[in-house]
Amino acid sequence: MASRDYMHRLPDSHFSLSRPASLSRRLHIDVPLLILLLILAGVGLVVLYSAAGADVHYVRRQSVFLVLAFGVMFVAAQIPLDFYRRWSPWLYVGGCCLLVAVLFAGVGAKGAQRWLAVGGFRFQPSEALKLAVPMSVAAFLHGRNLPPSIFTVIGALAIVCVPAALIVRQPDLGTAILIAASGLFALYLAGLSWKLIGGALLALGVSAWPIWEWGLRDYQRQRILTLVNPDADRLGAGWNIFQSKAAIGSGGLLGKGYMQGTQSQLDFLPESHTDFIIAVLSEEWGMRGAMLLLILYVLIIARGIYISFTAQTVFGRLLAGSITLTFFVYVFVNIGMVSGLLPVVGVPLPLVSYGGTSAITLMAGFGILMAIGTERRRVTF
Amino acid sequence: MPYDLHLKDPLTEQRLFRNRMLVALVGVAVLLGVLVARFYNLQVVNYNSYATQSDQNRIQVRPVPPTRGLIYDRNGTLLADNRPSYTLAVVRERVKDMDATLEFLGRLVQLDDSDVEKFRRRLQHRRPFEPVPLRFRLSEEEIARVSVNEFRLPGVSVEAELVRYYPLGDLFAHSVGYVGRINDRELQRFTAEDVRRYRGTESIGKVGLERSYEDMLLGEVGYENVETNARGRVLRVLERHNPKPGADLTLSLDAQLQKTASDALGDRRGAVVAIDVKTGGVLAFVSKPSFDPNLFVTGISFNDYRALSDSLDVPLFNRALQGQYPPGSTLKPMMGLGGLAEGVITPESTVNDPGFFMLPNDTRRYRDWKRWGHGKHVDLNQAITESCDVYFYDMASRWNIDAMHDIATRFGLGAKTGIDLPAERPGLFPSREWKRGARGLPWFPGDSLNAVLGQGFVLATPLQLAVMTATMANRGTHYKPQVVKAINGVELPPQVLHHVEAKPANWDAIFKGMESVINRGTGRKVGEGLDFQVAGKSGTAQVVGIAQGERYDSEALKERHRDHALFVAFAPADNPQIAVSVLVENGEHGGSVAGPVAREVFLDWMSRKHSETAQGKVKKEGAERG
Repeated sequence: MASRDYMHRLPDSHFSLSRPASLSRRLHIDVPLLILLLILAGVGLVVLYSAAGADVHYVRRQSVFLVLAFGVMFVAAQIPLDFYRRWSPWLYVGGCCLLVAVLFAGVGAKGAQRWLAVGGFRFQPSEALKLAVPMSVAAFLHGRNLPPSIFTVIGALAIVCVPAALIVRQPDLGTAILIAASGLFALYLAGLSWKLIGGALLALGVSAWPIWEWGLRDYQRQRILTLVNPDADRLGAGWNIFQSKAAIGSGGLLGKGYMQGTQSQLDFLPESHTDFIIAVLSEEWGMRGAMLLLILYVLIIARGIYISFTAQTVFGRLLAGSITLTFFVYVFVNIGMVSGLLPVVGVPLPLVSYGGTSAITLMAGFGILMAIGTERRRVTF
Repeated sequence: MPYDLHLKDPLTEQRLFRNRMLVALVGVAVLLGVLVARFYNLQVVNYNSYATQSDQNRIQVRPVPPTRGLIYDRNGTLLADNRPSYTLAVVRERVKDMDATLEFLGRLVQLDDSDVEKFRRRLQHRRPFEPVPLRFRLSEEEIARVSVNEFRLPGVSVEAELVRYYPLGDLFAHSVGYVGRINDRELQRFTAEDVRRYRGTESIGKVGLERSYEDMLLGEVGYENVETNARGRVLRVLERHNPKPGADLTLSLDAQLQKTASDALGDRRGAVVAIDVKTGGVLAFVSKPSFDPNLFVTGISFNDYRALSDSLDVPLFNRALQGQYPPGSTLKPMMGLGGLAEGVITPESTVNDPGFFMLPNDTRRYRDWKRWGHGKHVDLNQAITESCDVYFYDMASRWNIDAMHDIATRFGLGAKTGIDLPAERPGLFPSREWKRGARGLPWFPGDSLNAVLGQGFVLATPLQLAVMTATMANRGTHYKPQVVKAINGVELPPQVLHHVEAKPANWDAIFKGMESVINRGTGRKVGEGLDFQVAGKSGTAQVVGIAQGERYDSEALKERHRDHALFVAFAPADNPQIAVSVLVENGEHGGSVAGPVAREVFLDWMSRKHSETAQGKVKKEGAERG
């Protein structure tokens, strides 16, 4: 069926309109993606129940979040792509204004200001930027000749850098990097010249030392040092990594059994129901479980890439590609961090970690992806 | 694919996009490969190592300290008990902010600066993840307050432990001794095996039997595997190996006799040692003043310790075991026996005593304690009865010092008795050889005169005098003194060190003299109203030397410069059961001050002897069961 779909949606197959639109198409729902996401959310709830120490409270709350998130996805899928494209600058400007507001009036914890509190409701403006930045970059590149000229590149970089810089100031380096990455993905997919990419990577390599010396805060440096040598400070910063590696490793091939993970059930594993939830899954289900989850993610990413391939417009194509690649980066960074490959940055495992904000943002992204995938073909030359 | 139907621009753009995406996919595939490799590495290659780590995390081996052996007197009276005590303990590794935790705990329980200071010192020398005690003997109320706040105090726990308790307090402080917290010095001396044996145990025997029998009292540590969570709370016990409790000791000591002796000494400084003549078992072992050993068990406070250590009466000093005093005239019976054996004197030979003795070719006058002397014809019996000094001066002047040293040594002087108490002092009985070595001087005839009277270089502990007297009472059988009678109900056999050979007639002569001491000599007060015969000898030892020609005037001397009073005796004379030595520091008169103490001991022991033989069997069984 997939290959037939593919044939139908090739850019040249205009005549697919002749086929009567299915229910899913009319509802702007991409069925394979929806099924995959539902499976993922279900797996997430099952793991969460164990990770939270058999506490139904978390599962109930997370279910509410997920229902909300799927609702958001559904709504996002209904909005025409042109609307996103036209309104993305306003979303972007509004988001940046909120980020500025966070710097002055934000609330937060552990020495970082990340939230805005409006009438008892707290939200993180950086979440909105996760969508606004790739959208704006894609919209910015939409009408222009591609591959982008040097001026176009500079403009796109400016769009990326302003919010990223604001988020770095909060400070929230992890989110800033992810948001910048989502914008840069769009730019890369639009055909940013390899020379520029190579030059930028070279510059980054050269500036690594000054950044280490002056650009990072103590706790950030500590996290990277901990990564290199987690045993040095086993009860301090190294504790998380030490325990999560022990959790994953002790799971072995087949795992200790559901709800039987000693690392997580006996509180050795910190943040077991949020950022470190993959360690719980790996401990209790073993490599078998971890690989199945990874395959699930790979299928979702494959579907996203497929949608980006079939997108009708430059905007849709770039945005779909960016959302998909960013999703992969989330997965990779989270799993890499929990398994001790990357420094500990606060990135949740998409749709599995406990938390409403990240689920809603992600599902909004998938809603947009569905909007792209189900866009009516129009000839827009 | 038929791209040619389209305008060039979007087609190129799309192809460009697809190329870019394919390159990105290669990147994605590589990174996915990295993740898979990482999980393979963690979960398959290094599975064993991480599984061990995880188990170590979760399963802790906790030592289960053994119960320390109990100590009973010969009748089953408990002298050293274990009582539950609640201790506030902290695991350093689990506490995030030690200062804040201590501050908070200070509001829940009473913590003074010295508690905190000691705690911090203990913290430095502890094994990781071991609870370190902060406050001992929590009250019920304090336990409740800590328990209620437990969730706010990760790493803090209230631990029940058995703590030594001495029900009779100061009565046995100098014999049973006490335990105390293991200190840094002891910890440093620990071998690897000691470290293992003392896991979970906080106390160690410091003095007395608690120290000398430490190995037996300690027992064998057990352990349990417990599952804990990250905050160190024990969730369940997976496996338990019970500890072996320490051995129970039954002592020769008799609590009642000990009390009698202690009461008889009253407030005076001194020592009483009573020995079972037939076995060498120590029946009473008193050194006064004493102290409450319970103060030391969980760590004595600075003020309490200063009060004890600064006292002029030195209550911590074990006079019976470590006090080395000139034994004075208490040696005379033994010397008499030696003189008879060597043929220096005979029971019938007499000496003229004008009140002093002069060596040939010497003008120095060696004075008798009786200014005008004991008469012209003083024989051995009179010499012992009246403690005639000149008789013994005369004997010593004709006697070889090496022979004198030999007999004293065979009666146990000048060497440790080998009692099962630690830190015994050997006393001193001089010899030619000793003087040359220690003083670099030859032996002078005057030295012999001093030695025969238990003066000069001669020093003996009250314990040695008791052993000497017991050997005398046994007609030469020298038992090693022993405080412990049975371990876990198994009787320790009496140990004969050697036998002093002498003719029965010589023993009779000496016994007769010692009986006369009681009947009409210096010890008249001792025998008053007793229905059995006591044999004894008084002694008075100078604390400060009296210069030639100066007269001794006790009034002029400060109390602490007065002579020490000594008395040694055994009873009954015809079938000796018990030998006693009494020392009263600055008591002045052996017969009238130290003697009555011995009398009380004899009276108590002999009056109970009958009933004990009747009930002995029952009581012994009781003690073995405990």
